[in-house]
Amino acid sequence: MTPSPQTSTRRATGTRATRVLGIVTLVMLGWLGLFGLVLSPADVDQGDAVRIMYVHVPTVWLAYLAFIVTAVCSALYLFGKRHSLGFDRVAGASAEIGVVFMALTLISGSLWGRITWGVYWQWDARLTTTALLFVTYIGYLAVRGLDGTRERRARRSAVIGLLAVVEIPLVHWSVRLWRSLHQEATILDTDLDVDIDGLMLFSLFVGVVAFTLLFVWLLLHRSRTIALDDLLADRGIDRAIAERRAEVGPSGGSS
Amino acid sequence: MSPGRIRLARRLAAKDLLIERRSRVLVNQVLPFSGLVMVVFAFALGTGGVLERAAPGLVWLAVLFSSLSTVQRSFGLETADGAMESLRVAGVDPIALFLGKAAALAIELLVLVTVLLGLAVVLYGTEPRAEGIVLLVTTAISATLGLAALGTIYGGLAAGGSGRETLLPLLVLPVAAPVLIGATRGVEAALGTDRTAVSEGWPWVGLLLVFAVAIGVGGALAFGSLIED
Amino acid sequence: MSDPATNPTPADRSAPAVDLRGVIALLGGFPALSGIDLRVERGEIVLVAGPNGAGKSTLLNVCAGLVPVARGHAEVLGTDLRGDRGALRHRIGLLGHRNGLYADLTVAENLAFWADMVGANEAEIAAALTSAGLDGRLSSVRVSALSAGQRRRTALAVLLVRRAELWLLDEPHAGLDPSGRDELDDLIRLAVASGVTVILASHDLERSRALAGREITVKGGTVSEAA
Repeated sequence: MTPSPQTSTRRATGTRATRVLGIVTLVMLGWLGLFGLVLSPADVDQGDAVRIMYVHVPTVWLAYLAFIVTAVCSALYLFGKRHSLGFDRVAGASAEIGVVFMALTLISGSLWGRITWGVYWQWDARLTTTALLFVTYIGYLAVRGLDGTRERRARRSAVIGLLAVVEIPLVHWSVRLWRSLHQEATILDTDLDVDIDGLMLFSLFVGVVAFTLLFVWLLLHRSRTIALDDLLADRGIDRAIAERRAEVGPSGGSS
Repeated sequence: MSPGRIRLARRLAAKDLLIERRSRVLVNQVLPFSGLVMVVFAFALGTGGVLERAAPGLVWLAVLFSSLSTVQRSFGLETADGAMESLRVAGVDPIALFLGKAAALAIELLVLVTVLLGLAVVLYGTEPRAEGIVLLVTTAISATLGLAALGTIYGGLAAGGSGRETLLPLLVLPVAAPVLIGATRGVEAALGTDRTAVSEGWPWVGLLLVFAVAIGVGGALAFGSLIED
Repeated sequence: MSDPATNPTPADRSAPAVDLRGVIALLGGFPALSGIDLRVERGEIVLVAGPNGAGKSTLLNVCAGLVPVARGHAEVLGTDLRGDRGALRHRIGLLGHRNGLYADLTVAENLAFWADMVGANEAEIAAALTSAGLDGRLSSVRVSALSAGQRRRTALAVLLVRRAELWLLDEPHAGLDPSGRDELDDLIRLAVASGVTVILASHDLERSRALAGREITVKGGTVSEAA
């Protein structure tokens, strides 16, 4: 297919803005590596294993942010006057990234627990809620994968996205309330200590900033690739329509 | 909520319940299955004190799993001969459709819950206490309403086209977690398992009701978009 | 025979039953309809012929509102299909390969259900049963125990009770023996006589031509008129 002027300028999803963002993100991630692995002190009790926290906490934060973005975009799509599909694309991209971050949260939390206290899993409120929401959003992605027209898919996904976000507080409260009943010593206390060392707090902050930038960068690129996928599909449809009309042959066909 | 809509919903629910009375799928298939699940739990857990302590949770687990079949049956009778399409072509109000289906499902699930709680008394040795009865009934009803709303939402979605039926468990189970947690704790408080006081159960009923209302309202409004293919 | 014309406002009685211009409809990205122009006036019986895969079923499904219109102008009974379809409530009936019935209920119960949906009374139910030849003992037989022809007639009786003004019939004769097909044709003629518009897609051309006033052929998702 000969590239039209349009396609040659849109061949990639990078723009000047995302390139700048990408560089800043890399720098921040580098800082995170520096502070997290080298400059910040090891914990008194946990030793170097505490450094997993610098990944674990930001990824949790980002996962929830991603799903809130999905919910907001779902609402903007559904209740906006023009039902702009751009919102649907961002919602879907954000959910995909959120699921990945959630997986990272679960894996890092699991490793942290294993290394420090010998258990892979802990039934604390945060980890349990994250696990449940992880599966919930995998369900959301499965719904996004159902076929149908783009508008119907968008509407259906938006509904499920909003329902899923309503779920978040419900799951959180019920699990929290449940775990609070069992006042056994939670060995994996992912709630941060009040008197956390100043440098550790700063490293955590660097981590949150770095991952947030990473999230935005990923979101921009993924939304754009989805848009390109849609463009490609549209072009395919135009061609398919022409081919279908050609089926009729020279004798028939009104238009 | 217009009276016409409620009348429609009632008619739809009546149709579902008439079909159940005629075909007896719930009575002949789902109830025996759930009873079997309760028996099999005993094999897995042994008949020591564990069974009695776990009874509330096991009952709701059995309800949850059986509800999947019940939901699939409820929508199966719409898709078997294309009745759901006829309802869509006729433009029947989707909110009424949702309410009707959810109401019938709630009644069927309530029957299920009652039978299973009774079975728990027989099989697991749990003993309901007088001061916990109100809590027990309230918990059962609140949890059932939430499950019915949830089942209707995702059942409608899963019924939309081929290859979607397997989605139902994946969608329902994680979202039903609050119901499972809340209902179990409520029944525990009602029965006095682990020396829980009856008063500790009421916050859980609150949670269940919030869940039922949130999911019910959301589902009713969204149902139209979900049943399209 | 119930009066099917009690629903619409006076304004749109003059609108054609179906008005499609340049309609494109996609099924999973495939253009099942690649550009349809079709105008059907009230009270017509139009036969839609064409080879398999031509888009006949999709055409009917688009008119019924099940398949969305991707491009083009589409109006049914005076209402734009791409807008709010509320005005079309209960006025369209689609009979596809399936009958839309509840197998465990009797004929009468199926009709009573739909009658309650639209507010039709006992007399209308009885009239529909009679027109469809399903009164008497048959009306209390479960749908699952009926023959294919009887089920088809039950489905059409539902359309009668619903006072549907536009009947979209997709291969209604399929799976029926000749007497079943005759009974079906009688029912269709009866409905048309009281103002119903019928669009039917059929491979049984000889029979359908006797029934229809007009024929169109659909090929490759688009229309070519026949004489």
